[in-house]
Amino acid sequence: MINLRDKGAAIWENQGRFGRIGIALGAMTVAAALPFMGGTILNTPIADYESVLVYPIAMFVLMAIGLNIVIGKSGLLDLGYVAFFAIGAYTMGLLGTRTGLNTWEILPIGIAMAMFSGIILGVPALKLRGDYLAIITLGFGEIVRIVALNLGTLGRSEGIINIPTPPGIFGIEYRFDSHRIYYWTLLMLILLAIWMVRRLSVRRAGRAWESIRQDEDAAELLGVPTFKYKVWAFVLGASVGGAAGVFYASKTLFIAPDNFTLQISILILACVVFGGMGNIWGVILGAVILGYLPDRIRFISDARLLVFGLVLVIMMNLRPDGLLPRKKREKVLPNKEKP
Amino acid sequence: MIGNFLDQFWSLTFGGLSLGFIYILIALGYTMVYGVLRMINFANSEIFMVGTFATIIVIRDLFKFTQASEPATGLRLWLVLATALIFSMLVSGALSMLVEIVAYRRLRRMNSGVLAPLISAIGVSMVLAESVRILTDSRPVASPRAMEKKFIGQFFDAGIRIDNTIIVTSALILFAVLITFVNRTRMGKAIRAVSMNPNAARLMGINIDGVVSATFLVGGLMTGAAGFFYTLKYENTASNIGFELGIAAFTAAILGGIGNIKGAFYGGLALGLLETYASFFLGTQWKAVTVFVVLVLVLYTRPNGLFGEALTQTRA
Repeated sequence: MINLRDKGAAIWENQGRFGRIGIALGAMTVAAALPFMGGTILNTPIADYESVLVYPIAMFVLMAIGLNIVIGKSGLLDLGYVAFFAIGAYTMGLLGTRTGLNTWEILPIGIAMAMFSGIILGVPALKLRGDYLAIITLGFGEIVRIVALNLGTLGRSEGIINIPTPPGIFGIEYRFDSHRIYYWTLLMLILLAIWMVRRLSVRRAGRAWESIRQDEDAAELLGVPTFKYKVWAFVLGASVGGAAGVFYASKTLFIAPDNFTLQISILILACVVFGGMGNIWGVILGAVILGYLPDRIRFISDARLLVFGLVLVIMMNLRPDGLLPRKKREKVLPNKEKP
Repeated sequence: MIGNFLDQFWSLTFGGLSLGFIYILIALGYTMVYGVLRMINFANSEIFMVGTFATIIVIRDLFKFTQASEPATGLRLWLVLATALIFSMLVSGALSMLVEIVAYRRLRRMNSGVLAPLISAIGVSMVLAESVRILTDSRPVASPRAMEKKFIGQFFDAGIRIDNTIIVTSALILFAVLITFVNRTRMGKAIRAVSMNPNAARLMGINIDGVVSATFLVGGLMTGAAGFFYTLKYENTASNIGFELGIAAFTAAILGGIGNIKGAFYGGLALGLLETYASFFLGTQWKAVTVFVVLVLVLYTRPNGLFGEALTQTRA
């Protein structure tokens, strides 16, 4: 099978400094130009194309990058990622409607809240391994939703309405229907997240995560403080989810518990695995495709989720490592014990 | 509150027991597959959902019961119930085997880790749930009443309802049959061998694919039976019920120690009772929270579940 990942990496590694800057700038230009492609074949038949670009596509990309730190980098199966998204969104909703703080001031608070809940959940849960971690995180995601559904201050099933839009900065106004502005702001956040992950990957944290993913016992025996780095991965993943949540609430102006179901966690997980776990470009590609596809095929409206499920099954069977898998040398050795 | 609870204790307990037995049967679907493949069979919840619809098809379309028709009695009642049970079990069992072939077999041969099959299974569950949703127009489907739900006895203050009795006794029988199958038959021995060490089992000449298929078949049969009992108890179903019950049953399997058949039994019972009591005290909306808090506490004190194997050494 063709390994696009290694081909792409080879092109990148063979470039000089200017070539790399050129590729990066080109990719950014293409991404930034997407809102202008509305009239072309990319158009989504029923939903507004530019709003699809913001949610789900750009939002999914951001969250998938965050979840990739947890699952792809350090190999921890997190099925409740939506919890951090919800915590960010509800922080924005509460503070935005009850206090005078604006979105940019709430953003760090929302991220801090998500990170804090990451610690609360991570410290007990990360002592467990494997499938138990999966079910605990899944439970956490549901608990956050149920709490939002039943607490009066969080608006119960009606949720929170009239959340303020971000105030303008640098002369750019955020109106609720100016999707392009939101999209470009999200692109900035995504670039920031990519930068953070790429810097961390080549440093001590990245190597620690890599060793934890490959063999946790061996890593521990070689002196890697595995627990500490697992909590770190969890908390960093949570911070990206929280940021996405704050921005989501400020974009949609209205949030309700129904926006934060387990389905979202599973979709984001699917983005990560579908695109290629551990490889940030694969994850982005996966999120773009899985965010875009259901809206693109809306003309078969009733059957679109059915087709979506079929695509997942077929793709995973053809390319179990995802569309753009991680580099060969980073793969885990196959476990000989498995049937 | 406490006085009320004591008054209703036995009727709550009977309701909780029958719910618990439904959980046990679904949890067996998860735990059997986990024991052999070390993998969460995410599609099991939808296999259960299809099982509930299979029951309705038998009652409504084969025996022509309608919402207005008289409930059956005597021999005819037992014929209807037995047909519905067997049909649901067969449909779910066959579907479960099919899911294994479509979603897992190729990935298993490629030795592709845990996450790829998980996503593939999520895809299969979406396909199943969505197909049924489209077929039923996204509406819940009510099951015609084939059996009059009368009380057949009295225990302290609580009446013993016939449907709960049928659920508990038949689930116990099914469970006993399953235990005998796993412990006494040749195939059961092969299943245990593969779950202990797949490579050694292969070297001993065991047909791994056959064993895996059999495991999915047995898990599906049990899950299908749960679908029948659910329809009997609640008399309606919908294309999205699989999810909630699947999560609960999976929690039950973990609570007892996943991969362990007896664990599924005690885990399911504990969860059924716990949920029923918790919704009495805190209201139904908090029952999921209670369940997860208890699960966390159990895993914290006994990291392998109540009866589990040493899963801490197994990888996700």
